[in-house]
Amino acid sequence: MSRDQTKLLYAETHEWVDVAEEGGDKIATIGISAFAIEQLNDLVYMDLPEIGKELAVGDEFGEVESVKAVSPLYSPVSGEVVEVHSELPDDLEKINADPYDFGWIMKVKLNDGESLDRLMDHAVYEKQCAEAG
Amino acid sequence: MTTSLAKTPLDAWHRQAGAKMVPFAGYEMPIQYSSIVDEHNACRTSAGLFDVSHMGRLRFDGDGSEHLLDHLLTRRISDLGVGKVRYGLICNADGGVLDDVLVSHLKTPSERYYHLMVVNASNREKIYKWIEPHLADFPTVTMTDRTDVTAMIAVQGPKAIEICNRLFNVDISKLKYYTARVTEQMGKPVIVSRTGYTGEDGFELIVRAEEANRVWENIMMAGRDVGFKAVGLGARDTLRMEAAMPLYGHELDEQSDPISAGLKFACNFKDRSFIGDEALRQIVATGPKRIRIGLVPDGKRPAREGCEVLSSDGVKIGVITSGGPSPTLGHPIAMAYVDAQHAADQSFQIDIRGKTASAKQVKLPFYKRPQT
Repeated sequence: MSRDQTKLLYAETHEWVDVAEEGGDKIATIGISAFAIEQLNDLVYMDLPEIGKELAVGDEFGEVESVKAVSPLYSPVSGEVVEVHSELPDDLEKINADPYDFGWIMKVKLNDGESLDRLMDHAVYEKQCAEAG
Repeated sequence: MTTSLAKTPLDAWHRQAGAKMVPFAGYEMPIQYSSIVDEHNACRTSAGLFDVSHMGRLRFDGDGSEHLLDHLLTRRISDLGVGKVRYGLICNADGGVLDDVLVSHLKTPSERYYHLMVVNASNREKIYKWIEPHLADFPTVTMTDRTDVTAMIAVQGPKAIEICNRLFNVDISKLKYYTARVTEQMGKPVIVSRTGYTGEDGFELIVRAEEANRVWENIMMAGRDVGFKAVGLGARDTLRMEAAMPLYGHELDEQSDPISAGLKFACNFKDRSFIGDEALRQIVATGPKRIRIGLVPDGKRPAREGCEVLSSDGVKIGVITSGGPSPTLGHPIAMAYVDAQHAADQSFQIDIRGKTASAKQVKLPFYKRPQT
């Protein structure tokens, strides 16, 4: 099954969010957008969060490094990290071709009543990217 | 405050090629055209073209210019033969490094002799001002800043010599490493120097600013079939890091000295004096307090400039000056200054933003080109 990027939600800081119900909980799968990956260019390292970590919106949950620079990753949601994609850092080059499926970074169990209204839909996000050049 | 940035004569070409431009040492420079890794690899396997016009070019004319330079540099210049190039450092009286430079002794077609000094872009003004007062002691010598009226193009890589040679009437492949000459390309003057900053063989060319685009395009065209690529500052940094070449502002600054930096080979003390020589002799006699070493962190996470280096038992003993992934080797590399008593240690730890990684010392350089 492949994820449809036009159905995802996006943060200003270029993380994508895919929310699904799992056993009565809302689980957000989170990655970084194709635009961000292209801008970062030549990714060499990713630091994943620890399972069980409680995140608030905007918290730094990890780092992604390109040849030239380190970029922090910011949580677009609040909740608890329940799963991380531990194979991703070792196969980071695959993220270029497949940012929305293989490129998932972590799953977060959303806090009760978590609103995702501040996130953008694909059309709005695309516009933001176009303006950023 | 906004300061306007200078553009090199090749600025329009870079933009046309889709380069990402960044401010660097007062210039707008291409950091990358497409991918730093691809550009890096092109230079290691074919050749890379670098616009290095931001580097400062100071020309010294007149009798005695070799004695002026002798007084300023850690390396003797008075015995530098015509056509030879020498790497040296300019130090202050305390032995602190003001810049690392290349000096060429050149002859024009009309048989005029002069010295050309290539300085770091970020130090150009500082060095010009440093030298200016010394000119009074050498009244026959004039110093001219040629940076703005010329462009500088580096062609580096295993295919650089063969392909570039086709563009010249004279056989520039005969030029030996660290030699240079003034010649012509399509009837226009060009200084060809067998030097570089990548660990590869190649040339650095200096041409009149108005010739820059033509020469650049000529080389690009000639090397198209073998994969020549324009290379930005991003890959220039990873290339020089693998070759363990120091970069001013990182491995070198006024708080560091050539001995600690592992550049004693570029200091010449016998039967001569120069600015900083007493301080440097003292450091040689007592041994430097800290020493530049090479480190390979375990795993994939790069340790970058500013990360603290700890001894294997966790005591802070140094700092990373340059570090990042090595595209050629496929793992991170770093250069660091560590306390001299730990300079022979094999195992270290590096504090990478709060997380500790183990690292092993390796002999510099990290990369040496295969000998042909």
